[in-house]
Amino acid sequence: MSLAHDARIAVRPAAGAQRPARTWPEVNNPAAWVVAAVLLIMPLIANGFFLIEIFATTLILGTMALSLMFLAGYGGTVSLMQLTIAGFSAYMVAVFGVSGNANISLGWPWWLAVPMALALATAFGTLGGALAVRTEGIYTIMITLAIGAAFYYFTNQNWAIFNGHTGINNVATPHFWGVNWRADIPFYYVVLATAALCYFAVEYLSRAPFGLALQGVRDNPRRMAALGFNVNAHRVAAYAFASFVAALAGVLQVWNYRQISPGSVSVGACIDVLIIAVVGGITRPIGPFIGALIFVLLRTFALDFLVRLGLDGNRFRLLIGLGFLAIVFWSSDGVIGLWQRWRQHQRRDVSRSGGGHRHG
Amino acid sequence: MDSVAQRLSAVGASAALELRGVTRLFGALAALTDVTITVRPGERRAVLGSNGAGKTTLFNCITGDFPPSSGTIRFFGEDVTHFPPYERIRRGLRRTYQISALFPGLTVQDNVYLACRGVSRGRFSFLRPGQNDALMHAADNLVQAVHLSAVKDQRVAELAHGQQRQLEIALALAGAPRFVLFDEPAAGLSPTERQELIEILTSLPAHIGYIIIEHDMDVALRVVESVTMMHNGRVFKEGLPEEIQSDPEVQELYLGGGHE
Repeated sequence: MSLAHDARIAVRPAAGAQRPARTWPEVNNPAAWVVAAVLLIMPLIANGFFLIEIFATTLILGTMALSLMFLAGYGGTVSLMQLTIAGFSAYMVAVFGVSGNANISLGWPWWLAVPMALALATAFGTLGGALAVRTEGIYTIMITLAIGAAFYYFTNQNWAIFNGHTGINNVATPHFWGVNWRADIPFYYVVLATAALCYFAVEYLSRAPFGLALQGVRDNPRRMAALGFNVNAHRVAAYAFASFVAALAGVLQVWNYRQISPGSVSVGACIDVLIIAVVGGITRPIGPFIGALIFVLLRTFALDFLVRLGLDGNRFRLLIGLGFLAIVFWSSDGVIGLWQRWRQHQRRDVSRSGGGHRHG
Repeated sequence: MDSVAQRLSAVGASAALELRGVTRLFGALAALTDVTITVRPGERRAVLGSNGAGKTTLFNCITGDFPPSSGTIRFFGEDVTHFPPYERIRRGLRRTYQISALFPGLTVQDNVYLACRGVSRGRFSFLRPGQNDALMHAADNLVQAVHLSAVKDQRVAELAHGQQRQLEIALALAGAPRFVLFDEPAAGLSPTERQELIEILTSLPAHIGYIIIEHDMDVALRVVESVTMMHNGRVFKEGLPEEIQSDPEVQELYLGGGHE
């Protein structure tokens, strides 16, 4: 076939173009259906403690880490300010909405306060991103960490809006259609729906032109420019999308605890999000949720476990740290990487035993 | 939109590529000095020169990867000297790289699809391409044209060197190219693959001009109509392939007399 013909790009179906249908990769995966079913009927299985403290918290943290996974896994830029954006969004819900600090909160209804918080937090993250895209690699990490640290100290010292180190308490949660949406079961479903929406959005985007181009930017930014892409604009747009996802998680976070204080946006918490994403794996959107589940389980139960061993319960971070070390040492793509390798190993064993003498 | 006068001058200009006094400094080192080159639309030209002659720097200045320190670059009459690379690409300029610059984490199909998407609208589209997506078909055709259909769903990291070189060329031919810069496209190719490369280059539509940097004279002189010889960052000689080949100064400098 001559190129003379093709360089003019005749727009016609290529003969026999049998491309695999680009649908959800999980549709044919029975394990995904089982997980989805279990998540949906969770309120029948789990009590209030497990429902909120374990699963809802996992989904909220997982969504924050998902926003980092989108930037790092597809865009190749590690942002340490994703928790800061979520925290900013949480603060804005408290500031614009109703809370126990009537001198600060403006008392807007939730359906006005939440869009406002989302818009401001997305703008905040996009601005931070616009600063960060001027740098590469470790400098991006430093800039985003600096933004996170600056926000933490600012909330500590600003009393007019952020109420200093006490933060804002008794944040109102939505009540409508006769439902208290912060009651355990309705809140679990709100969180599940939001997390699922974000998960599928990221999954979908990864095969859309925007997501593909982002992966191109990750692999070779210079070539992307030589293909007609404005690389920095793409990176900033990625920050905008990731900020929106983080901001959604921030709204859920403040409804979950009904308060927000500088402790929730500390530098340590920023790094927790990175640990969650890396432990779970940043190559696929399911990774951050697996990482968040491990993190929440350790945080919740390591305490009892350590006390039973006669150690200080606050050492749970030691376990997380050791786990983090083990993961990055043995699997650069986190738990899902371990899982994928184990599955490949299994398949090879099966084909070997089923393949008879072919492999000798 | 430009003024009428500007547009008329653009129409009147006959050169596809016009470099005037282009100089590129790296610190105190002049990689290019006062380079003036004019290439007609559809013209095919080779740039020869030893290592360090400034050939790749010339390409980087034309595409905007490194903007020139002084001088002007016009592309089809339009002054693009200060344009970012992507603006030049969207106007029909293309290039390939000496060392393949691909997206190893993506499939062959996705690499070519990105190239097609880069020079059309919807670069930020949040919607997945459907089964009848025009650009997807354009990508299919391009993959077929460079003989990579069999591996189009493989990740580029898994491809053989020759296949990566072919993909490198496919990326530069996406959309509607008007002028292409080929940077040593034959590097590391087998004799058979070189033959295929020559076929691809000679079968390009006549309106697509190119400049090719190539050390292999058998490839270079069979696919061009004019030659620019560079030395120490300057244009040393320009002429027809036969003239350059038989020029005693050039032979002494570059061909070493062994390529009569």
